[in-house]
Amino acid sequence: MARAYTDKEMMALTAGRFVSNGDVLFAGTGLSMLAATVAKRIHAPQAVVFFETGGIDPALAELPLAVADPRVMTGTCMNSGLIDAFSLLVHRRLRTIAFLGAAQIDPYGNINSTCLGDYRRPRVRFPGCGGACDAASQAFGVIIFMQQEKKRFVEKVDYLSSVGWLRGGDSRQRAGYARGGPMAVVTNLGVMKFEEESKRMYLSEYYPGVTAAQVVGDTGFELDVSRAKESVPPSAEELRILRQDVDPQRLILGPVAA
Amino acid sequence: MNDRIDAKSKLMTAAEAVRRFVKDGDMIALGGFTVSRNVMVIAREIIRQGRRDLHLVMHSHGQAMDILVGAGAVSRLELAYGGTGRFAPTGIRFRKAVQSGQVQVEDYSNFHMSLRFLAGALNLPFMPSRSGFETDVLGQQGFGPELRGRGKIPPYKAVVSSNPFNPDPEPVVLLPALTPDVALIHAQCVGEDGTVRIKGLTFLDIEQAKAASRVIVTCEEVVPAAFLRQDPDQNSLPPFLVDAVVPAPFGAHPTACHFFYDYDPRHLNMYRQVAGDDDRFRKYLDEWVYAVDDQEAYLAKVGAVDLMRVKANSNLGYAPGLDRR
Repeated sequence: MARAYTDKEMMALTAGRFVSNGDVLFAGTGLSMLAATVAKRIHAPQAVVFFETGGIDPALAELPLAVADPRVMTGTCMNSGLIDAFSLLVHRRLRTIAFLGAAQIDPYGNINSTCLGDYRRPRVRFPGCGGACDAASQAFGVIIFMQQEKKRFVEKVDYLSSVGWLRGGDSRQRAGYARGGPMAVVTNLGVMKFEEESKRMYLSEYYPGVTAAQVVGDTGFELDVSRAKESVPPSAEELRILRQDVDPQRLILGPVAA
Repeated sequence: MNDRIDAKSKLMTAAEAVRRFVKDGDMIALGGFTVSRNVMVIAREIIRQGRRDLHLVMHSHGQAMDILVGAGAVSRLELAYGGTGRFAPTGIRFRKAVQSGQVQVEDYSNFHMSLRFLAGALNLPFMPSRSGFETDVLGQQGFGPELRGRGKIPPYKAVVSSNPFNPDPEPVVLLPALTPDVALIHAQCVGEDGTVRIKGLTFLDIEQAKAASRVIVTCEEVVPAAFLRQDPDQNSLPPFLVDAVVPAPFGAHPTACHFFYDYDPRHLNMYRQVAGDDDRFRKYLDEWVYAVDDQEAYLAKVGAVDLMRVKANSNLGYAPGLDRR
């Protein structure tokens, strides 16, 4: 059955549902901008979005295409720089939630945004960790966007750019991280979370029209699906806000559903 | 010191600034961030003057980095992110240069690089951080042993130590300071004496400038120093830290300069089309760098219509409704 929405629309709305009023959101480019913006407009108007470049709580009348887009500097409560932005990311009083994306992810939510193959002479070079390594290390929580593919959900990432639950259990804490860790992985097929004790990834939700078996088939490691449920589909109102108010040029949403 | 006190001597062309202050092999800090305030006028001039073997240091960089790398001016980079957001999620010439081994790269995070510039600005040997324990950002070495411990490259990329104030073991990452030879900054307004006023986000420009031995500032407008002293709260750098002031209207094009112009989606999309192919990239350099002697010729080539298209709205600071597809 044809769905009335695209993967990217579902991902933005699904990630947006993790945002609570009062959260302080560390947003990157792409889908994370959409998720943060749409959450603010739908159910979390008091959530604050800030960018590692130093733009704090911008009006976001238009969608920024990079964290240094002049649109993150307009209608802010203040403009600053990287040092100030990171002081908010790590602030003890704030529930900072970071949205991150990556090329590869392992069963413990460690991600790679640096390279495939040997680091010094990579087969494919990506941009690098940017501020994701810092958000993964020091934010209160992290939500990760991924395309669900076997080559991206791997047993071991080629390069560990930004830390997740490290080797599971309490290994993250023992390595020196005082708080944080990935809360969820939002993909084009569903939502993965991490087991309380082992910190290993499991399937929490699959989108309407997707099966748990399909998610397993597009994952390069063993994935527990025993707790998986179907996601709530997006409402007409959510889709309207996303399409008409947040990304009318479809700069990040891309082509409309066929 | 005298050459720094004579205000008039600071106003110069991009050609003179590069001739006087940028040498082969220099460590150069790039101001700006991905699609904003890239110091394009100086980047193009460095390419025209044929500087080689440069060592670029930055947090997240974009267009100036990509053309400098593509033109073969760069041997080494230390950075956290190389790209321009949606227009080139990975810098196109940067990617090719890393994959072919043309450049050596040392990856850090944005916070790491911020602390390294801050350490340089404060004349401290290092700064501690809590980012990156047991990641490859700290564990993998990009620079070979032949580079380590020479010149401005410290013997170690980073050191994991322990907080000396905590009786219990508590790891901290120690990051070496950066003291670039030159910092390149593009600002909206600069006094003829060198007082700098950056509008919008300052990114890490102020720390980069303070950490560097020499500072070149290009600007949209040169204004009387007395004007900047009427509202000094808005100023970013004192004049005596600045060595060269280069008037350069639209000097960050095709990247943005808050309250002056937006990034230019047409140019950035065109660049993405051509940069992946060696021949077409060479033609791009011929056309947009080598064939234009100065910023006036460059702006004539961009054309008034495209410049007006990206002109910032004076209320919002960007170009509302700009077609950014």
